[in-house]
Amino acid sequence: MYVRVVSPLLMSAGSTSRSTIALMTNASVSGEFGSTRVKRGLAEMLKGGVIMDVVTPEQARIAEDAGAVAVMALERVPADIRAQGGVARMSNPDLIEAIIAEVSIPVMAKARIGHFVEAQVLQALDVDYIDESEVLSPADYVNHIDKWGFTVPFVCGATNLGEALRRINEGAAMIRSKGEAGTGDVSEATKHIRKITGEINALKSMTKDELYVAAKELQAPYDLVAEIAETGKLPVVLFTAGGVATPADAAMMMQLGADGVFVGSGIFKSGDPAKRAAAIVKATTFYDDPSIIADASRGLGEAMVGINVGDLPAPHRLAERGW
Amino acid sequence: MTLREDSAFTSASAVRVGVLALQGDFREHARVLASLGAGVALVRRPEDLERIDGLVIPGGESSVMDKLAREFGLFEPLRQGIAEGMPVFGTCAGLIMLADRILDGIVGQQTLGGLDITVRRNAFGSQNQSFETDLQIPALGNEPVHAAFIRGPVVESVCERVTPLATLEDGRVVAVEQGALIATSFHPELTGEHRFHEYFLAKVRAGMSRTVRTGVAGTLERAAQDPPV
Repeated sequence: MYVRVVSPLLMSAGSTSRSTIALMTNASVSGEFGSTRVKRGLAEMLKGGVIMDVVTPEQARIAEDAGAVAVMALERVPADIRAQGGVARMSNPDLIEAIIAEVSIPVMAKARIGHFVEAQVLQALDVDYIDESEVLSPADYVNHIDKWGFTVPFVCGATNLGEALRRINEGAAMIRSKGEAGTGDVSEATKHIRKITGEINALKSMTKDELYVAAKELQAPYDLVAEIAETGKLPVVLFTAGGVATPADAAMMMQLGADGVFVGSGIFKSGDPAKRAAAIVKATTFYDDPSIIADASRGLGEAMVGINVGDLPAPHRLAERGW
Repeated sequence: MTLREDSAFTSASAVRVGVLALQGDFREHARVLASLGAGVALVRRPEDLERIDGLVIPGGESSVMDKLAREFGLFEPLRQGIAEGMPVFGTCAGLIMLADRILDGIVGQQTLGGLDITVRRNAFGSQNQSFETDLQIPALGNEPVHAAFIRGPVVESVCERVTPLATLEDGRVVAVEQGALIATSFHPELTGEHRFHEYFLAKVRAGMSRTVRTGVAGTLERAAQDPPV
């Protein structure tokens, strides 16, 4: 009697029984797929690395060759979304599949905030991580996606600890500080990572009665707040994003406590993407060695021109999307 | 040098283990090793290898570790250390780094080698195929090992010098041992499973007592041969 073989891809979102037997090439293995541990675990494996935005398979190849730990498959980098305006949506499945076919490192893709069907589509396309991203136009101004029901893990943006904890409570397996995407101005990334780490540090010195109030003020579940006060860190990996354009930017984010960095427009909007990408990878690993960062910063050609965040009118600030 | 000499006289439990810290979950390994009483040093540069008795290669992206190890002068000293019998424990990307032969690597990807095996990178497919399961590993006792496979590799073939420590129910090999080297497709550092690290530390201690017997001079000579940064 054969056991019925079910691919986790065919399981409906929200299925209560995640224990299943998956269809494998040439073989089959029983186990628990899409568990919190393997979702959060993939982010653990990306730590100390650089995740790069790419819009073509050729760019994905350059990123992999330069030492990216993962790529984010997009139709337009944030700088172009910003320049061209209009509604920004999930990328064309053909493009995402072409990028998955090109590289062997993990491929991430973005869904609009609250757009759970875009997320279902991305899971069906077999992406390795979904970014529920403020860089795209939100699909729901009230609710984020219920991320627990998916096998594929999610990364979400946050500008402060409360926002990070609300996303984790919804099932996010990785957090990235938002920064201000598509600007090449690192100041918002600095602000957000400092805010998150500062709020974590504040929790560590609180007494139990103060933690109840902290949970109320953070608008976050008490259990998560108490856990962080105890461990001194988020229960998921914390990357930083939004405005990183140079090796020194990346190293600064690492020194400020990030586990790794996302670089969006900063690489492929610069003069020599392959060289800049490799330089940012080195500076991320050797973030505490200024002489290596100096070497990595030489001869990179033009950095992306960028926009000062202060010159952006409020409606065009992406970090304010999501709550 | 003084420190190296000192280590020959310290108790067998005071081992000092390096954790390759170029990328990946090296802090999780460092935490487990420290909780078991080992001294831990993060290894990013060739000189970081001089005072260690064993090395852990963590999970992460093997192609990135390979690139950075070569670029920053770690690759040859690591190969040399492995050839001279340094105990090494690799998980996931670490298994790939320790394999003599690799399938589905990125273009130009190299491995340190040491294990006479062929390993297939990312053998299960995308993240949707990552899973947790229990494995029977007789070398570690009767209690099953809870294992997390995260875009993990699989050992496709082993030579007879290699001992398979664990297999999936379909027979694929996911943990191996050869001499002073052990490696797993999965991540004991993420599941609270300390028996692999204990097993590895026993190897490191055995290696240290050999160093004491054969004299510290040989170790000092080897350290001096490491190329400067």
